[in-house]
Amino acid sequence: MERFAELLDRLVLTPSRNGKLRLMLDYFAGVPDPDRGYGLAGLTGGLDFPAVKPAMLRTLVMERVDPVLFDYSYDYVGDLAETVSLIWPAGAEAGAPSLTEVVERLSTASRSDAPATMARLLDQLSPSGRFAAIKLATGGLRVGVSARLAKQALASFGNVDVQEIEELWHGLAPPYTALFAWLEGRGPKPENAAKAPFRPVMLSHAATETDFAALEPADYVAEWKWDGIRVQTVAEGEVRRLYSRTGDDISGAFPDLVDAMDFDAAIDGELLVGDPRERTGTFSDLQQRLNRKTVSRAMLRDYPVFVRCYDLLVLDGRDTRALPFLERRKLLEDFVGTLPADRFDLSPLVPFERWDELDDKRCNPPHPVIEGLMLKRKDSAYLPGRPKGPWFKWKRDPFTVDAVLMYAQRGHGKRSSFYSDYTFGVWSGPQDDPALVPVGKAYFGFTDEELRQIDRYVRENTIERFGPVRAVRADREHGLVIEVAFEGLNRSTRHKSGIAMRFPRVSRLRWDKPTHEADRIETLEELLDENRAKRAVAGNRPESALRT
Amino acid sequence: MMNARDLLRSRPEGLCCPKAGFFIDPTRPVERALITHGHADHARAGHGAVLATRETLDIMALRYGPDFAGSVQEVNLGETITLDGIRVTCHPAGHVLGSAQIAVEADGMRIVASGDYKRAADPTCAPFETVPCDVFITEATFALPVFTHPDAAREIERLLTSLQQFPERTHVVGAYGLGKAQRVIALLRAAGYRKPIYLHGALEKLCHYYEGAGVALGPLRPATVEEKDAAPPAGAIVIAPPSAIDDRWSRRFADPLACFASGWMRIRQRARQRGVELPLIISDHADWPELTQTIQETGAGEVWVTHGREEALVRWCELNGIIAQPLHIAGYEDEAE
Repeated sequence: MERFAELLDRLVLTPSRNGKLRLMLDYFAGVPDPDRGYGLAGLTGGLDFPAVKPAMLRTLVMERVDPVLFDYSYDYVGDLAETVSLIWPAGAEAGAPSLTEVVERLSTASRSDAPATMARLLDQLSPSGRFAAIKLATGGLRVGVSARLAKQALASFGNVDVQEIEELWHGLAPPYTALFAWLEGRGPKPENAAKAPFRPVMLSHAATETDFAALEPADYVAEWKWDGIRVQTVAEGEVRRLYSRTGDDISGAFPDLVDAMDFDAAIDGELLVGDPRERTGTFSDLQQRLNRKTVSRAMLRDYPVFVRCYDLLVLDGRDTRALPFLERRKLLEDFVGTLPADRFDLSPLVPFERWDELDDKRCNPPHPVIEGLMLKRKDSAYLPGRPKGPWFKWKRDPFTVDAVLMYAQRGHGKRSSFYSDYTFGVWSGPQDDPALVPVGKAYFGFTDEELRQIDRYVRENTIERFGPVRAVRADREHGLVIEVAFEGLNRSTRHKSGIAMRFPRVSRLRWDKPTHEADRIETLEELLDENRAKRAVAGNRPESALRT
Repeated sequence: MMNARDLLRSRPEGLCCPKAGFFIDPTRPVERALITHGHADHARAGHGAVLATRETLDIMALRYGPDFAGSVQEVNLGETITLDGIRVTCHPAGHVLGSAQIAVEADGMRIVASGDYKRAADPTCAPFETVPCDVFITEATFALPVFTHPDAAREIERLLTSLQQFPERTHVVGAYGLGKAQRVIALLRAAGYRKPIYLHGALEKLCHYYEGAGVALGPLRPATVEEKDAAPPAGAIVIAPPSAIDDRWSRRFADPLACFASGWMRIRQRARQRGVELPLIISDHADWPELTQTIQETGAGEVWVTHGREEALVRWCELNGIIAQPLHIAGYEDEAE
């Protein structure tokens, strides 16, 4: 258990992806079965112990610690699991349980004996081990590792492609001993006997200006790129599953869709909110349905989901992935016609003859929930991963806004000595007495040299410090204007401005621009109201032209 | 028996003995000062006469220059001197080199002002000695039951493990310049680490003083040099003041990995806020079990609690039938690590 606890402690403070991969790889290499398999299950969210609840921990600790001292401590530490793990009176050190024992004891505990089981574990573990056990037991390690990243570490460990692991994943169960045996060359590749398995998704490269010279328009079809989440809808026999593009099973959150999956096929498509015959909802509508464990009836009524179908991977037991795109498309068109029209529709093709003609369509999409175009070679097979050539994405240009730098925060890892995370704001309030209101935070989009320049600027123009954050001088006469690019806006109750930006990044530093010429909040609100009507921001402000 | 408050009481300048006219660790310049140890919030320049251990006097001279006080008087650990009828004895506090508890005694009343102290083993200074007393004055830097410092050797093992895992990254260890830096180096040597250790310029004088005082630290090199080939290689250990680990100074090293040796690193959020990747829970202050154990061992019927989380320790004393009160003296740093 201590080795797993140490892994979690390191992961949560290691910002770099490569650093996290190294830590996990070393763990898989250095820890024996079955402990490492349970560690992997913990990292990928594959363990669930419904008998343990946070309130129970509080009761347990209150039986052992003076409540006044507990309150002082909790006030100071700020996190219940951490406070309990640190304040828990040290027991007899002998016989610290392994991760496997911890998992076995927690999974066999009933609701009535769970408190005693948990208390005994906490007695036997170190503070770090207690923290890990509590996090495991109550769900949600929150160490900044996605299931995908853990699988990537496994792939590096076994020197195999991550897609092979994703494809196998849903046929496997903790502690994954057969998987590790294969990855270490000691056993055969596990066969995925599970029905309705995930098939690795085909991804595209971003098209650049130079690509088009070499591409023949007649070789490609175009279709809209919809702004939802990419999903794979798979039904086989009695088994119905909805997978994210990284192979996570998200069926549980979408019972409305799963009910409609009465077929034997695997469809690649976009999950969207609305009714395809009438209305396609925005990404922020879809967010109401994402990452939920349970779905209320009101949620199902107000935010129904459907799949806009892009491709067909399996039909009636036949694997169609090797067929050329146009043949798959024909099968898909016929097949989607047989499905419930409120839950499935076909992603329409966009006719074109020349690239400039298509570019025009890209810049003027017919629907606000379109984020660009997909180009697919007519003869392309459905290949796992991101092969270069057959598929391209050609995104709509981002929106931009001229904002003023307000706060800067130190970065992490390599950037820990730099002020590299920037909170920026736009003008709000009366015209004759405006104030800056923060509208977002950006931490990439600039070069190393620009980072050095901003860092220097922040240090020379600090007006206040709050720990790692500095407030930067920003008023009508002084300040740094940043052109911020973003993909869209959502309404937000969490932000003072009422607006949350999607994917904001620094587009240009406007050292030349006086702060009073930066944008006003109304510019963003208009954009929000128009539900991303075409290029609203740019149309109003010719001086900050859109970048391509 | 003498009333404790007639023997020592708090004044704006610090803890005062009115009968003999001296202060212990005063935070403002006074005529006569007794200094427990060389940390800047306890040992300030500008007093008339200073009485302290040889090491503390040397450290003050290193930091403030030879004229840091009007006059100095050295006192040996265990030796009792009498100041205007008040007996004063210094006992080792186990905090840093030269650190002392100061026992003040008159008419059958003994008060021990412990300064900062710890009970865990430290190869760079004399171990803490329990002094039975009527009133014990304790620090409270880590006085919450969440603070239990692990074995420092285990933390050093974690640093060495990280060096094996990330051999291409320079491990920059933030450590307070007096005491912590030397302790971390001595612990690394005890764990078998023999390569040169690179020092931030601010630590050099004190490290050399420790070596002169008989604390072997092994090969040390300056971390900041003009010649490129003398710079720390990738995978080296660099020791620096905590403020330097995430500042511009550290940019010169190969993909620096920020480490911080401090008792505060027990709390994850503290590490996160400072951008520390490898927190090392190594403290020169007593943790909660040591604080409570020490209070009990002194047999003191009354405890005065100063600098830190006084309220939690006062609460513990109440629960254990010991009279306790916070001693509000301004000027000691909460972040004394």
